[in-house]
Amino acid sequence: MAKIIMTADDSASVRQMVSFTLKQGGYDVIEAVDGMDALTKLQSTKVDMLITDLNMPNLDGIGLIKAARAIPACKFIPIVMLSTESQDTKKQEGKAAGATGWIIKPFKPEQLIAVVKKVLG
Amino acid sequence: MTDQHGQAYKEEAYELLAELETSLLELEESPDDRELIGRVFRAMHTIKGSGAMFGFDDIAAFTHEVETVFDLVRNDKLTVTKELINLTLAARDQITAMLDASGGAGSVNASVSVKIINGLRALLPQATTSAAPVAVPVETGPATTLNGVTYRIRFRPSRDIFANGTNPIGLLNELRELGQSKVLAQLCNIPVLTDLDPETCYIYWDVILTSGRGIDAIRDVFIFVEDDCEINIDVIEDGIPGDEGCDKKLGEILVERGDLAPDDMHEIIATQKRFGEILVDKGLVTPESVQTALVEQRYVKEVRKERQKLEAAASIRVPAEKLDILVNLVGELVTIQARLTQTANGRQDSELETIAEEVERLTGELRDNALNIRMLPIGSTFSKFKRLVHDLSNELGKQIEMTTAGAETELDKTVIEKLNDPLVHLIRNSIDHGIESPESRQAVGKTRMGTIHLAATHSGDSVLITITDDGAGLDKEVIRAKAIEKGLITATAELTEKEIFAQIFAPGFSTAKKVTNVSGRGVGMDVVKRAIDALRGRIEISSRRREGTTISIRIPLTLAIIESLLVKIGVDRFLIPLSLVHECVELTRTDVANAHGRNLAAVRGQMVPYIPLRKRFCIGGEAPDIEQIVITQVDGIRVGVVVDHVIGEHQTVIKSLGKVYRDVSGVSGATILGDGAVALILDIPHLLREVELEAP
Amino acid sequence: MSVAAITETTQYLTFVLDRETFALDVAKVREILDSPGVTRVPQTPEYMRGVINLRGSVVPVIDLRLKFGMSETVQTVNTCVIVVEIDVEGELIILGALADSVQEVIDLESEQIEPAPRIGTKLNTDFIKGIGKHNEQFIMILNIDKVFSSEGLTSIRETGTEYSKPDSNSSGSDFAS
Repeated sequence: MAKIIMTADDSASVRQMVSFTLKQGGYDVIEAVDGMDALTKLQSTKVDMLITDLNMPNLDGIGLIKAARAIPACKFIPIVMLSTESQDTKKQEGKAAGATGWIIKPFKPEQLIAVVKKVLG
Repeated sequence: MTDQHGQAYKEEAYELLAELETSLLELEESPDDRELIGRVFRAMHTIKGSGAMFGFDDIAAFTHEVETVFDLVRNDKLTVTKELINLTLAARDQITAMLDASGGAGSVNASVSVKIINGLRALLPQATTSAAPVAVPVETGPATTLNGVTYRIRFRPSRDIFANGTNPIGLLNELRELGQSKVLAQLCNIPVLTDLDPETCYIYWDVILTSGRGIDAIRDVFIFVEDDCEINIDVIEDGIPGDEGCDKKLGEILVERGDLAPDDMHEIIATQKRFGEILVDKGLVTPESVQTALVEQRYVKEVRKERQKLEAAASIRVPAEKLDILVNLVGELVTIQARLTQTANGRQDSELETIAEEVERLTGELRDNALNIRMLPIGSTFSKFKRLVHDLSNELGKQIEMTTAGAETELDKTVIEKLNDPLVHLIRNSIDHGIESPESRQAVGKTRMGTIHLAATHSGDSVLITITDDGAGLDKEVIRAKAIEKGLITATAELTEKEIFAQIFAPGFSTAKKVTNVSGRGVGMDVVKRAIDALRGRIEISSRRREGTTISIRIPLTLAIIESLLVKIGVDRFLIPLSLVHECVELTRTDVANAHGRNLAAVRGQMVPYIPLRKRFCIGGEAPDIEQIVITQVDGIRVGVVVDHVIGEHQTVIKSLGKVYRDVSGVSGATILGDGAVALILDIPHLLREVELEAP
Repeated sequence: MSVAAITETTQYLTFVLDRETFALDVAKVREILDSPGVTRVPQTPEYMRGVINLRGSVVPVIDLRLKFGMSETVQTVNTCVIVVEIDVEGELIILGALADSVQEVIDLESEQIEPAPRIGTKLNTDFIKGIGKHNEQFIMILNIDKVFSSEGLTSIRETGTEYSKPDSNSSGSDFAS
């Protein structure tokens, strides 16, 4: 069965690109428009991985990571955050919150797949 | 897997390079076009970025230099000059050469890279030229992968690594993918079960890895965890051969110098405790540590041994003529082997027959291997055409994109060489006559950019090459009128579309209204036809007015040896290429009588036309009561060839009939049979065509 | 006439075709074979007898008698194949020529050779270099390159298909139906 990955991003175009790339890579994708939406969906659906943006309305990426780790089903899943190069402090913050890794924006589809493969095995 | 991605990268890179060439030439015309500058930059950026990702490090490093320059151009710190364009074009060619070389075609002249890089650096404003001119690299090439460096990697994850969703096994697997490795788990920190927290990681790992990918590739594996985990990477074997011999032991040196008798040394050694045992006895190290250190020692030894083997087995360059001689010799051998088999069968000597069978088997293997050595992917030829398309379309003011597929399709080296000229001609023709000018394309609602698609695929024992353009297509009436004017066909001739198109291949035929540099000198298509014929290939055109033209060329994989079916008519023996043979059925006199003079046979409920070869070739004598129809299939059309007997399969070394029989029809070549006699190879497609033409 | 021309001697191989003696410059002759099995190549002119196996190479064989308008060569114990090297359109080609029998190698000085008469021979005079006299016998010295000139040899196709094309009633007439 295909692994399920959730992408949380308030930018529709990023969501679309991530979603398309992952589907091409043989994964099932659940989209969430912001942190809150993601968290709600995570409570009812079991996913194998989460890819989240950091800057989102309602609940930001750091908040989402922290909240997700508190859900038993999400305790050990890989969580990858999308960040920009300048946000090195954010990277540390994310790690502290429980993120597994990060992808620097802008990125290419192959890079995304490479990271997913890396953390998902 | 990596190969596949590498292939995808190469395809992408070739396309980008073709695009790049267009952009650069356009940029020369309008040096301020930001869109073009952006395009050049992005092309370089992608070639570099993806190159590094797929392990084309040399290309990435080289491309980086060009990208750097265009980054400055992009930021208005440098202007586009003719010199820059020329250097970048040269760089483009060099990258192409690097790509070709990575596919095994040709080699790269490293000094050219250096020259280009130095040239590019000279263009940089003073402030940015920090780097000294690069030195000529010393002997790069495949040595890096062959001489993998061996590392000892100690990976001690933070105890709460699981809380971040990291799976250490995944990281270890990633390391394993970098090369040959041995993973040793250190379990000494695992507490007793009552104290064990299942969410904590107690284990750490020592990994011994031999990889040519460099230390950065190893560090990249740990990129997400390097801050919280202890990661030590040490080189334990540098991969440079030659220093193995000098680590002699003390005893050996003493014996060599004659200071110690060998027997005495062995006696002492026997009583001596092993070093590891002494250490454990003294409580200095744990037995586990000694064990893993010993594993490491053994591993390094194996790596060295392995490398020596690899060095011996690495590829060698052989002049092409040597291969040709080899293939010719194999051809002779196959002929003589057939004779041996035939003689052995006639002797009723089971021992001799066994030997003959062995020789037959070995000869078969030798033949396959020898022919295989000469097989090359056709891709190297394809990439040459991209430049051609580029230069010519610029010259003619057309916008043409060339796409390719099946570059990996393998063909005999000699065939590829002989295909080059005809393909060049056909592509030139597509550019000149096929694709319209951007304006006319727009006028009929097409994209301004025309496309020429070059594809190769295997199909049975032949390779199908197609050249498709989305140009104006052929005008049946114009061709027909021209053919009538040139006296090639009569005005009343009723020809099918295919036959009309085929007139293009007639000598002296040309529909170009204007003579250009590119084509249209009225020579050419007949030359193409002759070249393809010489390769025992076939060429066909299909075209739709305003939609485009497709030229299909079908070429046998090899020119040297084929499998065929040996048949007999009277005393004459003929060969039919086995790839075309579908089945054999009987033809009785009653069948012939029932057909009432029509050359049709019912085969599994279908009517199949047949060629009575005895009659067609005017061979005397009476046909036997039961003849055999060899049903062949060409381009989906089935046709039978009537012969007296089917003898069996035959390894056929193809011999040319020579210039004297150049124009002979119905026969494509000859071979020498086991008994020394010459037998002819039937040209089934030609026979079929002849019969089709004769049909009312 | 210069001294050199007078003393110029060439060796010729003589052979018989239908009781007439012919000769070839030995420089053109590679070897002589006992008549081997000839494989006929279909749809070619009658005088193209077919091909033979010459130590692994496929070599065409020509029936000189038919080429010269005589009757077809009939196989006897004396029949043999003279393997010649000829020059066709600047290319060296190996060919076999059928002869009723091969006789000897003779020396002929150029003064012993007279130009071919325009009349009195059924042969195309282009094929003949001259007429020599040896032991009271006239010998036709062939210009073998001309015999197999481009027109005479490599454009066999027209005549070939003409020769063996089956009549349209008997073959292939049903293909379109």
